[in-house]
Formats: sequence, structure tokens, C-alpha cells
Amino acid sequence: MVATNTGTRTVIALVENKAGVLARICGLFRRQGFNIASLAVGRSEIKGLSRMTFVVEGPEEVVRLVAAKLDRLIEVVEVEDISDLDHVYREMVLIKVSADNEKRGEILQLSNIFNVKTVDVGSDQMTIETTGESNEIESLLELLEPYGIIEVMRTGRVAVLKSNE
Amino acid sequence: MKKTGAQVLCEGLIHHGVEKIFGIPGGAILPLYGTLSEYPELDHILVRHEQGASHAADGFSRITGKTGVCFATSGPGATNLITGMATAMMDSSPMIAITGQVSRPGIGKDSFQEIDITGASLPVTKHNYLVMNADEIPRVLKEAFIIANTGRPGPVLIDIPRDVFTEQFDFDNKFWEEEIEILGYKPPKFAENSKIDKALKLIEESKKPVILAGHGIIISKAYNELMELAESAQIPVITTLLGISSFPENHVLSLSFPGMHGVAWASLALDQADLVIAIGSRFDDRITGDTSRFATKSKKIHIDIDPAEINKNIEVDVALIGNAKDIMKQMLPKLKKKTHIEWINHIEKLKEEHPSLKLKKSPDLTGQYVIKSLSDETEGKSVIVTGVGQHQMWAAQHYSYCSQNSWISSGGLGTMGFEVPAALGAKVGAPDKNVWSIAGDGGFQMTLCELATIVENNIKVKFALLNNNHLGMITQWQGMFFNEDYQANAYTANPDFVKLANAYGMKALSVDNNEDVRPAIREANNHDGPFLIDFKIKKEENVFPMIPSGQSVNELLEEPIDGSN
Repeated sequence: MVATNTGTRTVIALVENKAGVLARICGLFRRQGFNIASLAVGRSEIKGLSRMTFVVEGPEEVVRLVAAKLDRLIEVVEVEDISDLDHVYREMVLIKVSADNEKRGEILQLSNIFNVKTVDVGSDQMTIETTGESNEIESLLELLEPYGIIEVMRTGRVAVLKSNE
Repeated sequence: MKKTGAQVLCEGLIHHGVEKIFGIPGGAILPLYGTLSEYPELDHILVRHEQGASHAADGFSRITGKTGVCFATSGPGATNLITGMATAMMDSSPMIAITGQVSRPGIGKDSFQEIDITGASLPVTKHNYLVMNADEIPRVLKEAFIIANTGRPGPVLIDIPRDVFTEQFDFDNKFWEEEIEILGYKPPKFAENSKIDKALKLIEESKKPVILAGHGIIISKAYNELMELAESAQIPVITTLLGISSFPENHVLSLSFPGMHGVAWASLALDQADLVIAIGSRFDDRITGDTSRFATKSKKIHIDIDPAEINKNIEVDVALIGNAKDIMKQMLPKLKKKTHIEWINHIEKLKEEHPSLKLKKSPDLTGQYVIKSLSDETEGKSVIVTGVGQHQMWAAQHYSYCSQNSWISSGGLGTMGFEVPAALGAKVGAPDKNVWSIAGDGGFQMTLCELATIVENNIKVKFALLNNNHLGMITQWQGMFFNEDYQANAYTANPDFVKLANAYGMKALSVDNNEDVRPAIREANNHDGPFLIDFKIKKEENVFPMIPSGQSVNELLEEPIDGSN
């Protein structure tokens, strides 16, 4: 099969929470030369199991093959490429931005549209957080750009299938 | 009762039916060797190189269907197993490799003979473990045996630090009887009935069906089911390279193997068929060539235990995921009897028009003639173990495999040097079978140190060395695809292999003409001990037929026929 349709794919996996699991999984993506664009891992609702959300850049057919190979790993309990299924996802970002007394109010006002929380305020800078889809976060960053962004820390994407899937 | 990690490990191996272990000791694994004397049930065979230990365990697994076991120490001992584990991984062979690791306090400190073998072996094992506490050993060992030899089999590595072997803990033998569950590991067994019906309908509608029988038939021991499927619905059986000996080659429905060096009629039948039933086969590139031009006229049914194989190389119409034997058992009661006289006659015509196995007249000794003679002398009933290259392809072509599971070869990884230790392991696993290792002078020299192991333990393997003082397949490819620019293809300082075998204490003969071939084979067969025949074969000789890499049956090259001998 010649790979076509290169894009971003979202894969979720339920895995045992053990040393070395991430290395096994990443090894399969590495073998295909895939870059993992984002990765989020955390405990699931089941004791001893974690959920992972991967965003990878690669052709659909090859991601499907990798997902099948992931399922073959002993410590992977479930895995699914949910890109084509109805799902919701969120990313989170912490943004440290220049903000003196004068600008602070402006930034807060701007941020209101974006469901932003202020998490830290200093004399000439502040840190805000937001969650949303990638494009929302991109828009916020664009808006804040003129004020002087000092540092951006983004999480990986977390995704769940919608209830009707 | 308090036991050491090493003791519990030995008892676990015995509980799982292990009798033979192939290995070499070293510092980190010495505490385990120090325990072996307490367990005389475990017969340890000292090999000469860890690669040999892994291939021997693999050969043992393939012939017995049991899980072969090998031991190696940390560092270089462990890394030397990698080729053997990769070979077993590619060919789905069950194996457990136990490696010593440096003591826990030394891990990560670049200690003497330290290597991260669980990291290094990730891509070449089905699963692996680093055991950091002795009380984990029983559970890990139990899981390892399940994982290695169920579902799609494969190698499992267990890395145990030196001080974990000696650590004591309370252990109750009852644990060995307990059933365990491995959360993320549920090999499929049966296929959905609706899919079985769909497959049966395709078989019913087909006028030109073929079965492509792979290694999965041998692994699941589905010989009888394959025979019934083929005979009831009158479907010709093509075997893959590793499927050889899953179906008797003297059967009227047997078409031998297709692909790069397969017989022409098998490749042509695969191309012309209207239905391909692939069972326990993975549509390897040596079979498909250019996938976009592979068997385009056919619908495809794929029976495989590994979901990751479905639609990997070739899109199929019906996928039946599960154990080949179980799935065929599901199908057979509902299978309607059929005949395909016209199709069978057509294939017979293909055989006549493309006599791929006809030996050409040659005053010089050829590998093909040696193999054909060996086949006739042993009535196709020996176990043949090969390395990789021209000798392997001739052995696949010209030996007529008539007994089940009698072909052991490194198909997937293509490991030269496999032929010596794997034959050793196969003979240890099946001492009552006549085991012939067919070797080339290239691969043979990669692992010939194991001749010492063979002689030391009187392992009665017979060697047919097809010696042309060349890397034959390299010579062929450079001749055909690199404008005859021959580079690094000749072995101009080969030893006298008869003297070499004698030096190890093995009987040996040299043969350089057609007349002496059969008497020499007879002498080897009659000799009660290991034996080597150095067949000095013609230097330039290509393997035909050939479908060049990445091409299709349209580019099939056949040898010009100049009569037969």
C-alpha cells in the first residue's frame, strides 16, 4: 500500500501503568519515522491503568498499522485511532506575558472571551491559563503576541469519544 | 518456604516442561548456573557463542512446538542473543531467553558488562521483562511461557540482576498450578460466524481458487484441517517459504512455493486465481513483489491470528482473525464439496510449460543436483535446516517435503549462520529424526564454532555444505543487477572443510562430481554420529526462476531449458 492522506491523527490507548510502557509505544512510532506531535498520559478510572492520547503526523494507513501493532503490545489493553470518530478534545496552555499595571486590565478584558484564568501576577508580568481546542489556543496566542509573550507551556491533547460513538 | 530467585526460576522451568537449555555462563548469570546442579532434570547444553544458543533454542522450538530456552550473561552475552531473537520474532518462533544483569546497585552506572538489554531488545522480542525483585520471578516466568507460545508465538526475554538470583523469598509451589490472566493479552481464537459464512460463499463461487498456506499451519498444527479443506473443495495448495512441509509435496494438489525464487507455476497460479485463501501467512514482499500488481484478479480470504497482519500488505475481502486450526475447524463442517477439474488441468499445463524444477544437464556438480539427490536418498522424509542464500532456495525448490514440519529456515530475517545451531537445536528436539543441515560456505563460517558443541554432545546432525567459495546470492545479484561488478563476493581462502570437521572430531567427506553424491549421502545417513559432506559445486550458477525484487509475475525469469539429467 502506498501511503496517502498524510495528516494529523489522534490515537487513544488504555495501558498498564508500568515502567517502560511509554518506551515500547514510542518505539513503534519511531520505527515508522513518525513525529509524536503531542502526548498526554494520566491515570484512568481503572486502578493500575493509564490513558494516553497521542497526536501523530503520518499517513492514515500507516497510523492504522501502528495502532494495530500497538494493540499487539502486552501492556496495551485497548487502542483506537479516533481521528475519524466523533470526539471532543482539549489542550491546556500556560502563558506568561508582559503586563504592567496599565496593560494588565486590557489583557484580562481580552482574555474574557477565551475562558482564561489568571494564575499568577507579578509587577511587570502575569501568567494565565486556558483550555480549548488547538485553534482557540492559537488565536489567544496571536492576540497576546503584541503584549510580549515571555513563555508558553502547552500540554498534549486529551480526547474522549462523544457519548453516541 | 524460603528459596532463592534462581531456585524458583529452575523449578518454574521444570514445571513448564523444560528439559533442554542452550547457553553460556558469565559473571552476572553465575548464581543461576550455581543452582543448576540441584535440578538434574534441566539438561544444559554449553554452546560456543550466545547467537548459537538463541538459534539452537529456535530450532528446538520449531521442531517440537515447545518453547525453546536459552541462557546468556549480561552485556555481550545478552547482545549476542539479539540476532537469534530477531530471527525468532520474524518467524513467530516461541523462545524464552534468560539473561543475567549486573546487580541492582550497579544498574545504570555503566558497570562491567552492563547493557540495557530490555531496551536493546524491544523491537526483537514479543515482550520482555526486567525483574527487580526475586518474588516477581514466578509471575514473570508464567506470563513469559504464555506469551511466548500462545497467539502468534515469539521470543520473550527475562533480564534478571545477579543479586535477584540470590535473593531469598517465601515461595509456595502451589502457585505453579494457579491460572493467571494477563490483562492486555487476549489472543483471538474463533472468528465471527457471519464472516465464516462470507468466506465459505467466496469459496463456493470460486472457479479458480488457491490456498496460500503459511507458517501458521505448522504453528497451529492444522495439517489435517488444511488437507481436508484442500481435498473437499479441491483447492490447489501453494505453500509460502515457511509454509513448506505444511502440505505434502507429493500430493496431487501441492504446488510448492511462489514468489521471488518460487516455482513458476505457483507464481502463475497465484496470479491467475480468482480466489486466494491465505492461511497463517503475511503476504511477505518476497511473495507479493509489487503489491499493486499482486494477484489482482482474485478475491482474498485472510486467516491469521494477528490482527496487525490484516490489510498490512494486501487488502483482503474477508479477514478471519484467529487460530488457523480453530478457524478451519469452524469452516469445515459447512464446506460444500467441489471440484475444479478445469482449473487443475490448467495448472498441470502450467507445470508442463514451465518446468521450474527440471535439472539441467551439467558435467559440473551443482547445488540443485545435490539437493535432488538428497531428497531421493531420504525419500523426502528428513528434516532440512538451512541458512540463507542460494543453497536455501535450492533446498526449498528441489527437496520434496513429504513429512510434516520438516523444513526449518530463517525466512523473515534471513539470518546466515542459522543453519548450524538451528540444526543442532532441531536434532536435540527430535533425536529420532534424520536432520540435515544444508549450508553455504558463507553462512557456515558464521557459526561453525558450534561444531564443537555438536561433537561434544554427539548430536547426530548431517551437514551438506554447498561450497562454491563464493557468497552465491551476492554473486548472482551483482551479475544480474550490478553490471557484473563483482565486489566482496569471493572467499579465496576457505579452509579445507573436511580437515576442519576432522579437527573438531567429526567425520567428513569431500565430493566434487555427480557420481559420488549419492554414495556420500548414503554414508552420512548410515553413520551413527555427526557427519559433514563438503560438496564442491560449480562457482557460477544462478537460482531460477526469479522474480526480481519489487516486480511481478510478468517479469518472471526462467532458466533456458537444455534437456535434463
